[in-house]
Amino acid sequence: MATVLNITDLKTYFYTSAGIAKAVNGVSLSMEAGQILGVVGESGCGKSVTAHSILRLVPYPGKIVSGYIFLDDQNLMALSKREMRRIRGDQISMIFQEPMISLNPAFTIENQLVEALLLHLKISKGEARDRAVEMLRLVEIPAPERRIKEYPHQMSGGMRQRAMIAEALLLRPKVLIADEPTTALDVTIQAQVLDIMYRLTQEMGTAIMLITHNLGLVAESANRVLVMYAGKVVEEGSVRDVFENAGHPYTQGLLRSIPMPGERRGKEQHQLYEMEGIVPDLTALPRGCEFHPRCPFVKEICKQEEPPWCAIGPGHGMSCWLLA
Amino acid sequence: MFRRILANRMGLIGLMVIMANVVLIFVAPWVATHNPLQIDILHQAAPPSKAFLFGTDEFGRDIFSRVVYGARISLSISVLSVLAALLSGVIMGGISGYYGHWVDNIIMRCMDALMSFPAILLAIAIMAVLGAHEYNVVIALGTVYFPRFARLVRGSVLSVKEKEFVEAALAMGTSDLVIIFRHILPNCLAPLIVQVTASLAYAILAEAALSFLGLGAPPPAPSWGNILSDARNFMMYAPWMTVFPGVAITLSVLGFNLFGDALRDVLDPRLRT
Repeated sequence: MATVLNITDLKTYFYTSAGIAKAVNGVSLSMEAGQILGVVGESGCGKSVTAHSILRLVPYPGKIVSGYIFLDDQNLMALSKREMRRIRGDQISMIFQEPMISLNPAFTIENQLVEALLLHLKISKGEARDRAVEMLRLVEIPAPERRIKEYPHQMSGGMRQRAMIAEALLLRPKVLIADEPTTALDVTIQAQVLDIMYRLTQEMGTAIMLITHNLGLVAESANRVLVMYAGKVVEEGSVRDVFENAGHPYTQGLLRSIPMPGERRGKEQHQLYEMEGIVPDLTALPRGCEFHPRCPFVKEICKQEEPPWCAIGPGHGMSCWLLA
Repeated sequence: MFRRILANRMGLIGLMVIMANVVLIFVAPWVATHNPLQIDILHQAAPPSKAFLFGTDEFGRDIFSRVVYGARISLSISVLSVLAALLSGVIMGGISGYYGHWVDNIIMRCMDALMSFPAILLAIAIMAVLGAHEYNVVIALGTVYFPRFARLVRGSVLSVKEKEFVEAALAMGTSDLVIIFRHILPNCLAPLIVQVTASLAYAILAEAALSFLGLGAPPPAPSWGNILSDARNFMMYAPWMTVFPGVAITLSVLGFNLFGDALRDVLDPRLRT
C-alpha cells in the first residue's frame, strides 16, 4: 500500500495567557491509500488539533511549532497560504461532527456543492451540477435531482451528514479526515453513514482518518488504530493487535471502559470500569510519562523520564516503560 | 415571511406609509399643484385653501408642493446616508469580526471614538467642515451611523464564524473573502435589516435637524427640515407653514419605526412560535 500522508514529529502549541498548551506534542503517523486509520483518546488529548494541523487550520492562538507533514512528496508546511487553499477540499478534506450546522443554512445543497467544485475545477456550472447530483447519488440520497435543490433545514440529520460526505468527497481527495463524523447521529444512521464512507473510499482509494472516542466504531471499520494521550501517540497498531493485545495501560483502560449491552443482565453484576483521574492540564504536563499519575502500573522511572517507543509485535508498538 | 409582516397590522401601516413616501418621490411632478420654487407675491402666507392645499409660505410658495418635493430630498438623503453607513459598516465590521485580535481592536476603538460624540454634534461638525450640500449631508450622516453598523456586523460575524459550516468551508479551501461575503454575511442579515429600518427613521430626523440648522440642502431647494426652519418665525400667525412639514416628518419616521418593529418581530427567531 502506498503511503499518502506522512507526519513526522508534529508539534502544535497554543499560546494562551495561562501558558503554553502543548496540544499536539510530537505526533508521527502515516496514512495509506484506501485504509482507515482510527484515532482514539479522551477529549482534549489532541486528536482534533492534529486533524486541523494537517489542513493547517489551527485556530488562534494555536501554532504549528515544528514537524513535517508530507502529502505524497509535497511538504505541506512549506506551502504558501494560497497553495494550501488549493490542497484543502481538493486533496485533503474534512467532515465534521455536527451535520446540523456543517452546511450553510442560507444556501441550497446545490449551491454549496457547485461552489466547492468551481473553487477547484475549471468546469461549467452545468457540469458541476451534474457531478454534484452524481455524488449525492453515490452517498445514497434518494431522488438527488430533487433533493439537491433543498436547504439544509429541509433534510434530516443523516441526510445532511451524507450531503456533507458528498461535499468532502466531491473532488476525490487523497485524504479524508472525519472528526467524529457520527457522534451526532443515532445508531442505525451511524452504521449507514460509516458504510457509505467506507465503500466510497475503497472505490476511490482515499485514506481516512477516523477521529472518535467510540472504540466500537474503530473496531468495526478501521484498519489501524492510533491511541493518543496528552498530545502524544501512546500506542499504535492494527485494529486486531490493539484490541486483542493492548500494551499500553491507557489503551487497556479505554478498552475496559466500553459498556457492553446485556452484560448487566448476566449473573455477575459488572461494574463498568472507570479510569481514575482526568487528562492532565496541557499547560502543565507532568514530568516523565504524561500518563503516570493515572497509571495503575506506575514505576519510579515513569515519573522521571519519557518512555521510549517499544515494539510489541510487527507493526504494533507503544510508548511505555513497561516493555523497556 | 411577507405574509407574516402583512399579518402584523402595525407593520402593514408602516409599510403603507413607506410605500406612499416612495411613490411620492417618483410622481412628485404630477402630484404637486405648483412649482415648489415659484414665488407668488399675491398669495404670501395664505392659509390652506382649494388652490393651496397646505397654504403658502412667506414668499407665496405652495407648501403642499414643497412638502411633496421635500420628500425627494429628505428621503433620498436619508436612504443614501444609511446605505453609505451600511456599506462601510459591513466592510469594517466584517473585517473586524472575522480577523479579530489586533485588527479588531484597532477598528473597534476607532468606532468607539466616533460613537463617543453625540450624533447630531458630530454631523454638525462634519457639515461645518465640508459645507452645506446634499452630498455632504450623506457623508456626515453616513459617518455618524456607520459605527453602529460596524458594531452590529462585528457582533453577528463573531457568532457566525464559530459555526461549523464556516470551518467546513475553510476545510474546502474557500478563501477568506468568499467566506466573509458568502458564508458569514448572509447569515447576519436579520439584525442588519432591522437596524437599517430603524436607522432610516433616525436619518430622516437627523436630516431634518441639519436642514433646520441651515446645514442641509441649501435654501431654495425644499427639504422638510428647511421648510420648517423658514416657517418657524411665522409659527404664531401662520401655523400651517410648520404643521404640514412637521406632520410629513412625523409620519415617515413613524412609518419606518412601525415597519422596523414588525420586521424585528418576524426575523427574531426567539419570538417565533
